[in-house]
Amino acid sequence: MDRFVWANGLLEMNETLVIQVTICPLFPGHVLFLDLKKSPKIAKIVIHLHPAPENKEPGPYQHSKYSFIKLSFKEHGQIEFYRRLTEEMTQKRWENTPVLQPIPTGIGPKAGRTRAVGIVGIERKLEEKRKETDKNISEAFEDLSKLMEKAKEMVEVSKSIANKIKDKQGDITEDETIRFKSYLLSMGIANPVTRETHGSGTQYHIQLAKQLGDMLQAPLEERGGMMALTEVYCLVNRARGMELLSPEDLVNACKMFESLKLPLRLRVFDSGVMVVQLQSHSEEEMIASALDNVSDKGSLTAEEFAKLLGLSVLLAKERLLLAEKMGHLCRDDSVEGLRFYPNLF
Amino acid sequence: MHRRGVGAGAIAKKKLAEAKYKERGTVLAEDQIAQMSKQLETFKTHLEEFASKHKQEIRKNSQFRVQFQEMCATIGVDPLASGKGFWSEMLGVGDFYYELGVQIIEVCLALKHRNGGLITLDELHHRVLKGRGKFAQDVSQDDLVRAIKKLKAMGNGFGMIPVGGSYLVQSVPAELNMDHTVVLQLAEKKGYVTVNEIRDSLKWERERASHVLDHLLKEGLAWLDSQAAGEPQYWLPALFSELLSRDVTPEEANQMTP
Repeated sequence: MDRFVWANGLLEMNETLVIQVTICPLFPGHVLFLDLKKSPKIAKIVIHLHPAPENKEPGPYQHSKYSFIKLSFKEHGQIEFYRRLTEEMTQKRWENTPVLQPIPTGIGPKAGRTRAVGIVGIERKLEEKRKETDKNISEAFEDLSKLMEKAKEMVEVSKSIANKIKDKQGDITEDETIRFKSYLLSMGIANPVTRETHGSGTQYHIQLAKQLGDMLQAPLEERGGMMALTEVYCLVNRARGMELLSPEDLVNACKMFESLKLPLRLRVFDSGVMVVQLQSHSEEEMIASALDNVSDKGSLTAEEFAKLLGLSVLLAKERLLLAEKMGHLCRDDSVEGLRFYPNLF
Repeated sequence: MHRRGVGAGAIAKKKLAEAKYKERGTVLAEDQIAQMSKQLETFKTHLEEFASKHKQEIRKNSQFRVQFQEMCATIGVDPLASGKGFWSEMLGVGDFYYELGVQIIEVCLALKHRNGGLITLDELHHRVLKGRGKFAQDVSQDDLVRAIKKLKAMGNGFGMIPVGGSYLVQSVPAELNMDHTVVLQLAEKKGYVTVNEIRDSLKWERERASHVLDHLLKEGLAWLDSQAAGEPQYWLPALFSELLSRDVTPEEANQMTP
């Protein structure tokens, strides 16, 4: 409810009953803000309203010199009402409700049912719905608990296997290792055994790495040979639409580029920024280009460099930092920004 | 008294026992992996059953999602680790959170030039909801927090700073230590902070306060208003919208009531 309107007690199609309180006559208008007054005897809520729009429905009064209404609660209820009202105002559920088309009457399964009219009928329907929802929820929670018990057993088994592998109690074959890893992946259990740097090494990630190798060639070329991993994540998942990759899937796949001899590399800068870069864009080339550009212009900030190369500011900065690290550039760090100069020392 | 476990005989016996144990160990590990395969199939069936009954619940009910996530965490399972995991495939939880991740990254990227890569969780929530449109599934702040936690795997400095009862979401690798965080928290009330306010509230020396504020300026997280009455004010754009949309408090409303 984003407005106070004089209306009959029936709910419209897209309205839900939040709380019902018997109230006195009102003036129409938009709700601006609330105020909970506690006068000594009777609790009141003051609701300040925007002026009513031109096309408002007629109400008990055409005009009012006041821009607020007062709700008096003679017999409690004010706290609950205030709470619900502020909740509704914050949640703004009315913005989420789809606008329904008017349903023609007398068509479909509803034809035979008498439409319960009046507040009592509606309340009864809502009560039924609430009970059913509650039943569904509690059943869902029950089923969830049972499911988790079974999942827990799986975790125990995998831990036990992992321990055995760790203690080298038994040489399991490579095949079995791969199978074990894929089981862990399916269950979402972290691999406690291996600390290998080549990702989880499952078949899934190997395939994924190859797909990425194909898919990212063109985008990388367009972006100067380098893309932040978050950018790759968005690009790939937007393209997929469904069956999206998790961030970890992406990282694990990218870690396999080198071992699969694909022409891409995952790289982590000192700042923690992770990028995918084309192997053909070597480090020396990047540094040389950074130095060239900076010397050409005398000095450059990350923003200026980014604009020059069509890169994101983040990656432009990383390249400049890299060139600085290698001793080719030096910085001037002031409140006006970070500027890089050729290193003449 | 016969001393046991000593002598060549005992050593040989021990070696034999170890070898046998190793052999058994091999068999056990292999056995277990085969056994796990069967158990996995069984579990998958249970999960399918659960999904057919309650998949909608997860989709619609954010409270249920919270419960689900917490239970998984308790038993040591990460349902969001991989899109290839059972949880993701059968319950559809994966796509929900991974897509949310994309939306979060995009919002942060779009606003970075303005707020330097720092945004309140409230504003992020508001903008993500807006971007998703009227008919999309509801998203709670808990959902956002979980999606952000997953994004951390990709580097790039996604993090959350507790401020004023909620969080600031950081999406750039700017280094923010305790000093910076504390100043951000101080600035939360009014959206800006001054050197003297820092000195008064936190009892720091001028040097330390200036140093922190300079860093925030350099990182683009703060803007300087040097023409403010009194002393210069350091404003945090990340906190701007928060102020504009904040509800009027009852005290303030009192002053307005005729």
